Amino acid sequence: MGTTLFDKLWQEHEVTTLSERQSLLYVDRIFLHERTGSVALNGLLEKQRSVRRREHAFCTMDHIVDTLPGRSDDTLMPSGRDFIVATRHAAHETGIQLFDIADAEQGIVHVISPELGIALPGLSLICPDSHTCTLGGLGALAWGVGSTEAEHALATSTLRVTRPQTMRVNFKGELGAGVSAKDLILFTIRELSASGGAGYAIEFAGPAIDALPVEARLTLCNMATELSAFTGLIAPDQKVLDYCAGRRYAPRGQLWDQAAQHWESLRSDKSATFDREHAFDIGSLKPQLSWGTSPQHCVDWDAAIPDASDAPDASASAAWQRAQHYMGVRAGSQLSDYNLDAAFIGSCTNSRLSDLQLAAAYLVRTGHKVAKGVKALCVPGSGQVKRAAEAEGLDDIFRSAGFEWREPGCSMCFFAGGESLGRGVRVASTTNRNFEGRQGLDVRTHIASPLTVVASACAGHLVADTTA
Amino acid sequence: MTPFTQHRGVTLPLLRDNIDTDAIIPSREMRTVLRSGLAAGLFAPWRYLDPDARTLDPDFALNQPEYRGASILLAGDNFGCGSSREHAVWALMESGFRAVIAPSFATIFRNNALRNGLLTVALERHDLNDLVEWVSVDPARRTIQLDLVTCAIETDPAREKRVFSVDPTARDMLLRGLDEIGLTEQTMDLVARFEEQDQARRPWVYLAGD
Repeated sequence: MGTTLFDKLWQEHEVTTLSERQSLLYVDRIFLHERTGSVALNGLLEKQRSVRRREHAFCTMDHIVDTLPGRSDDTLMPSGRDFIVATRHAAHETGIQLFDIADAEQGIVHVISPELGIALPGLSLICPDSHTCTLGGLGALAWGVGSTEAEHALATSTLRVTRPQTMRVNFKGELGAGVSAKDLILFTIRELSASGGAGYAIEFAGPAIDALPVEARLTLCNMATELSAFTGLIAPDQKVLDYCAGRRYAPRGQLWDQAAQHWESLRSDKSATFDREHAFDIGSLKPQLSWGTSPQHCVDWDAAIPDASDAPDASASAAWQRAQHYMGVRAGSQLSDYNLDAAFIGSCTNSRLSDLQLAAAYLVRTGHKVAKGVKALCVPGSGQVKRAAEAEGLDDIFRSAGFEWREPGCSMCFFAGGESLGRGVRVASTTNRNFEGRQGLDVRTHIASPLTVVASACAGHLVADTTA
Repeated sequence: MTPFTQHRGVTLPLLRDNIDTDAIIPSREMRTVLRSGLAAGLFAPWRYLDPDARTLDPDFALNQPEYRGASILLAGDNFGCGSSREHAVWALMESGFRAVIAPSFATIFRNNALRNGLLTVALERHDLNDLVEWVSVDPARRTIQLDLVTCAIETDPAREKRVFSVDPTARDMLLRGLDEIGLTEQTMDLVARFEEQDQARRPWVYLAGD
């Protein structure tokens, strides 16, 4: 019987088995940020432990740091500075590489780790952040943990991990105009539910995945955690190898050749079997928009918001009613009926160069400006993304259309650094979570692709663009 | 970490599905670099009518006198989904919770709970509904006992014991209050041996130290 990609990666990192279901896995890379990483580093220092392999541990400032131009250690949240200062101190004490606020490479952890070649195919990578599964898009074994587990990995270069089951989700068909990887993953969550991946490592496969550019694969795998999956991953191919080549921490010369040869073996064998399989034909997929307070609360952008009486069970029915009340939307209405107060392009899901290019292309093609009364932000995911975007003049396009152009960071994906869009406002957002209060008190978040968000920002209400 | 053997306490029902860690403790309530000072932020979006002014919502169970001192949370499916913030576990424990009973848990939350001595009991939905019905009928029934030695939920006054299953490794860790890092540190020779072999197999993984 063949072996799945996940099982290959698991075996490759297995130091020893601890019990029938649990193994000690080797952790190749650890990435930290100032929100949860500082706690892990401090825990380590308090117990007089050290970072076992500091050359394999990295840290960035993204979660709390301000994204306003001219930023400093101060944030709108009064105690934000404490996190930044404590993280800097702990990083220096432990001797790990820190991408500090003024560093040219600073940015959102899951944007900079592939950019810098810290995440590579086949590598195991952990971060005290649930969206670490993003890096599965390169074929890395990457998953999110808590601060205590991060401390464990820092101290021992390993983690004690319960082996998940395997799932494969196959996609066939071609994505239509205006439909992106974001729509693909929102649709998948809508179909499988917010707990549909619980206990599984999910491999995304099929012709539609093969056709995706690398950055789109990162977007797709980013939201595997919204299925409650252990992680998501995609077998690395030539596109991934081309993407990784020459990056700062990627191997070079003979080592590169050796690595590249090995990475080509990282795919599920034809005869491999999975504990669960799903298949979707996405040829007629429409842009997705969330109407509720869980990423599974999504519909085709032009479909009616569902009625709670049609929910699969009583529990879901109660959740739908609650979500519709919170969101201020009515069953049977369309999302285009609702006016927007704000639009946000950014986050570890959709702040890479290709995301910004897509949104900027819409602005150029249509000549549209942000609608009156809509506050619109564009926050590049990293210093690299920002410089590359500026070199193409994307910053001017966004600014002249009415977007604010910010410094890299997580920004309004949540209440980072204490910034607020205003209480109870309605936001179209390229982020990954539409939870109650996620973007601020009573804020109503509609998650969507960058193209849908930019089109909505200009229309002043939720709308998708399928004319590209 | 705090060991868990038995615990007797008042149950608090919060039977929504997909209670995410942003709801358990929002980002804006995580104000310090410490693992403490989080109790006031627990369920802040639901507990307060105005979180800034700390105006309590009298309709929220946590604010009702009969649930004062509650230490066992009864919740819906996929409890603790979303952000990996361990603060969700710390906020629950600082508020006196020792256990959460739900049909299922998000993996990162369950792992974080385990490493802090917060017991998570996964109970089939119909069993959970049964339990909720039982504890809701009479205030005297709100107190139940969780026994990790026998893996049983004992309701009071005693009726049949409800047995739950728990991962044996997790159970052992909880019963003994083990420090996982200390445990792994005892096997560092295995890690060194792994690295030696792995470095020959995957040399590109090992970056040059300074």
